[in-house]
Amino acid sequence: MTKFRVNKTKHVDQTKTVSFNFDGKSYHGFDGDTLASALLSNGVHLVGRSFKYHRPRGIMSCGSEEPNAICQINEDTDLTEPNVRATEIELYEGLKASSQNCWPSVNFDIGGINNFISPFIPAGFYYKTFMWPKSFWKKIYEPLIRWSAGLGKSPTKPDPELYDHKHVHCDVLIIGGGISGIIASKIAAKNNLRTILIEDKNILGGSTIFQKNENYKINNKYSSEWLDEEIAELQKLDNLTIKTRTSLAAYHSYNYLLAKENISDHLPLDKRNGDIRQRLWKIRADKVLVATGAIERPLVFNNNDRPGIMLANSVKKYLDFYGVSCGFNNVIFTNNDSAYETAVSLKEKGISVEIIDIRKKSNSKIVKNAEKLGVKIYWNSTIVNTFGHRKINSIEIMNLSEDGSNVVGDKNRINCDCLAVSGGWTPMVHMHTQSGGKLDFRENDQTFIPTEIDENHINVGSCNGDFELEEIINNTNKKVKNFLKVSETEFDNTSVLNSKELDKRNIWLLPNYISDGKCKSFIDFQNDSTAKDIKLALREGFKSIEHVKRYTTTGMATDQGKLSNMHALGIIADTAGVKMGTLGTTTFRPPFTPLTFGSIVGRSVGKFFDIIRKTSIHEWHSQNNAKFENVGQWKRPWYYPINDEGLHDAVQRESKAARDSAGILDASTLGKIDIQGTDASEFLNRVYTNAWSKLGIGKCRYGLMLNEDGMVYDDGVTTRLGENHYLMTTTTGGAANVLSKLEDYLQTEWPELDVYLTSVTDHYSTASICGPNSKKILTKIFPDKDFSDEAFPHMSYQNAKIDEINCRIMRISFTGELSYEINIESKYGKSLWEKCIEVGKEFKITPYGTETMHLLRAEKGFIIVGQDTDGTMTPIDLQMDWIVSKKKYDFIGKRSLYRSDTIREDRKQLVGLLTDDPNEVLEEGAQIVSDVNKKPIEMIGHVTSSYFSPNLNKSIALAVVKSGKKMNGQKLIVPMENKNIIVTVSDSVFLDKENKRIYA
Amino acid sequence: MFLINCPYCGERDQSEFSCGGEAHIVRPKQPTELSDNQWAEYLFMRKNIKGVQFERWNHAHGCRKWFNMVRDTSNDKIHAVYKMGEKPPVE
Ligand SMILES: [Zn+2]
Repeated sequence: MTKFRVNKTKHVDQTKTVSFNFDGKSYHGFDGDTLASALLSNGVHLVGRSFKYHRPRGIMSCGSEEPNAICQINEDTDLTEPNVRATEIELYEGLKASSQNCWPSVNFDIGGINNFISPFIPAGFYYKTFMWPKSFWKKIYEPLIRWSAGLGKSPTKPDPELYDHKHVHCDVLIIGGGISGIIASKIAAKNNLRTILIEDKNILGGSTIFQKNENYKINNKYSSEWLDEEIAELQKLDNLTIKTRTSLAAYHSYNYLLAKENISDHLPLDKRNGDIRQRLWKIRADKVLVATGAIERPLVFNNNDRPGIMLANSVKKYLDFYGVSCGFNNVIFTNNDSAYETAVSLKEKGISVEIIDIRKKSNSKIVKNAEKLGVKIYWNSTIVNTFGHRKINSIEIMNLSEDGSNVVGDKNRINCDCLAVSGGWTPMVHMHTQSGGKLDFRENDQTFIPTEIDENHINVGSCNGDFELEEIINNTNKKVKNFLKVSETEFDNTSVLNSKELDKRNIWLLPNYISDGKCKSFIDFQNDSTAKDIKLALREGFKSIEHVKRYTTTGMATDQGKLSNMHALGIIADTAGVKMGTLGTTTFRPPFTPLTFGSIVGRSVGKFFDIIRKTSIHEWHSQNNAKFENVGQWKRPWYYPINDEGLHDAVQRESKAARDSAGILDASTLGKIDIQGTDASEFLNRVYTNAWSKLGIGKCRYGLMLNEDGMVYDDGVTTRLGENHYLMTTTTGGAANVLSKLEDYLQTEWPELDVYLTSVTDHYSTASICGPNSKKILTKIFPDKDFSDEAFPHMSYQNAKIDEINCRIMRISFTGELSYEINIESKYGKSLWEKCIEVGKEFKITPYGTETMHLLRAEKGFIIVGQDTDGTMTPIDLQMDWIVSKKKYDFIGKRSLYRSDTIREDRKQLVGLLTDDPNEVLEEGAQIVSDVNKKPIEMIGHVTSSYFSPNLNKSIALAVVKSGKKMNGQKLIVPMENKNIIVTVSDSVFLDKENKRIYA
Repeated sequence: MFLINCPYCGERDQSEFSCGGEAHIVRPKQPTELSDNQWAEYLFMRKNIKGVQFERWNHAHGCRKWFNMVRDTSNDKIHAVYKMGEKPPVE
């Protein structure tokens, strides 16, 4: 046992030694220690350097509020994690941790030079200094700041751990397993309510669990003993789920909460077995009880940040819970009674302690107790300075003036190796405010207390401002009864004995004989902001707490100002001479403590990151060397290279084959919507720009769909399958949106229409065969069918069978070639495809991908919605006036087609572009100009589609150009990095203007 | 994260729903009779109230039904949900 381990406790098993490494040095602790308690048991206080001034900093607290002891754990492994609080890491065999913010070492730190130039790093330093010149920012300032700031190192390899998400519903959720959480859980579970209790530590009991003091008794037992018994009973309740090592991350509206459970973080690395590391619980609770307790406040005085300066209650916990004395020569600096509990604990174990109290007196029981034990108390005194570089070794104290605004008398130096401070308590209202709750300011002890907001959420215990044991038990019992509508509980007649605090005094910034400007009185330890910074911000005109906070970075660190916000507010109020309650507080946002990315994404990583949709023919594509492209969530064949063919060569070959003989495309991904109902024709009339009433059964028609603003939204071919039955196709990417848009109109604007929509995209596979030989191939597949132009004209559909399996054949064309699409139930898709390939062999049928499809349709001047349009193109802009019905009274977007803006003649319009050099292929997205000499050069449009056409043996492009309609034959310029490409505006149909090929 | 009481399915998590903006804006029956300004009023103008607002919601990952909701945007309290075509509840 090390000399600082002075006490045996049941929470730390001193028979089980655990070895660990900190900053390259090996140490021993015990099972049940945290990294912080194990370090302290080895006399290690100095654990890091501060962010801005690189001042030595030590462990300050024992919980999530810790601002200093921030570590990198398991560095150089895939599991490394930065910014972890040593106070929250449960010690395990082989743990490796290191300090952050210091280089080359925590004891000798180059950045510490900032400490000496600190007069030059005032509030807003970063804003003021690194402003200019701009070119310095990227190369000099930013690397410098990043290097010296060093907020830990990110892992460089993928996280090998498993994370999980789980949804859970309950009647009552209780946040916090301290005394009030335990009382509440017991009442809830015993009254037949499904209850969940979550606690971030590995055991229940909060700070009462190590409270063994004569002055605090429940039913004549030490409060810790009483609580032990309660916890033992709690474990037996069926209705209650207890989740330890689970911290609440976020409290959203409607009692939706996120909590992170640590499952394996406390285990040695070799015992983790690849199981789930952390689980994010998504909890929907009928009622939520917040019992998160309170955080002890530090005091703000000169040089209050040295290693060895800690929070008083944390010193008590290290002693009574972990058996570790943080020093042998302790001084307590307080403004309230609670620190006397620490004094009594120390003194009872024979450890030296003295108290400096800013109050003038106190006659409470606990104070009398301490005096009786012989603890020396300096009343009405304050600390004006502290000494010791890597650890505190002495302090200097002075008396306070009558009103506390100044110091008087002589300085008195006291030696110490640990200074335990207590500035009172701050209720942890984070959860309450996250959920939308408001706060009231309580003058008496300068705290913000939750105001109850609704019947499904309350705060109990010290997070509700009840600090004394009797209040906690009685008020919790009373509130929970009322909240859960319970008439009596076992806690109704609990007898509670506790010392009552009678005297209070609060001074946010303790006075000093040294001038303000020369004091280093830290408020935010993690971000290194001082009282001086706050005052400077106020002098510079900042008034709002939110502005002061950002300007000085107070409360902006990873601890979200758990220890600093109240002092910042207090000092602003005092300096500005306003009441603290009028300032309001800063907003606490989720997460309460930082979450790992792993826990946020859960299982949605790797191939589960997003859904991948594959057609039923996918396997064939893979086996035939297809390269795929992502279209929405679909994997579509992009091209099918033969041997070492690249994209260009493959596409040239595929395009040529499709026009010379036959090509086949997997068109299964196109959206398919089955439309039925007596008003189906009327419905189509309203959603498409063209007329549908007269479309005969068995016929197909191309349709263009607009938004209400007149802009092209989607397009596709719709087939009339029966009197009241249509099959609509949409673009691959637009399918889901089109369906929901149509549903919207049907349900909200036209509920009188008898129309039913069903998405059948996944139900059918589609093989699209085109080319002059396609008819011969179809005839071979369907020998009984007459494919003559008379029997089976263009833009019509017929039913057919392959081996008793029903198919729908549509004679439609997106390539300009004679073309058929065969639809078959998805499960037969691959067989159909293989049959087409087999039968097509003698015609050298060539599978082609999306790239060739794009090229073929561009040769024909067919648009692709989303490529040639971008939500700002009307059908008129696309020169597709022919598809807009003049006769129809109304359709979606019609009125917008003659708004003053849409009839402008200088809108961007779709045109064809031909390069003067037929081998020059334009870049898609390239800008188009008409004059390069007139500066600034006006951009008049851009290229939307561009290819080298093997069938025309020249480069072709589609583009949108201002007033393009009137520019046919005109020369324009596409300026590129090294040259200006001269182009001629042309018709957008490059091939077969007479539409002869579809009748090949 | 709201708990929304779909008039067809009951209480469901907000992640199943999508919001469709302001409610009770009826598509003009005779758009062609409208001036540019009148049409623009329908097409573009939406309120963004701090307080009680009438909204359209869709149970997109559920029954796919559209319905209306009265929500206070300042505290996210949902005062009422009701089916399309039903009269909004009087405040
Ligand atoms: Zn529903």
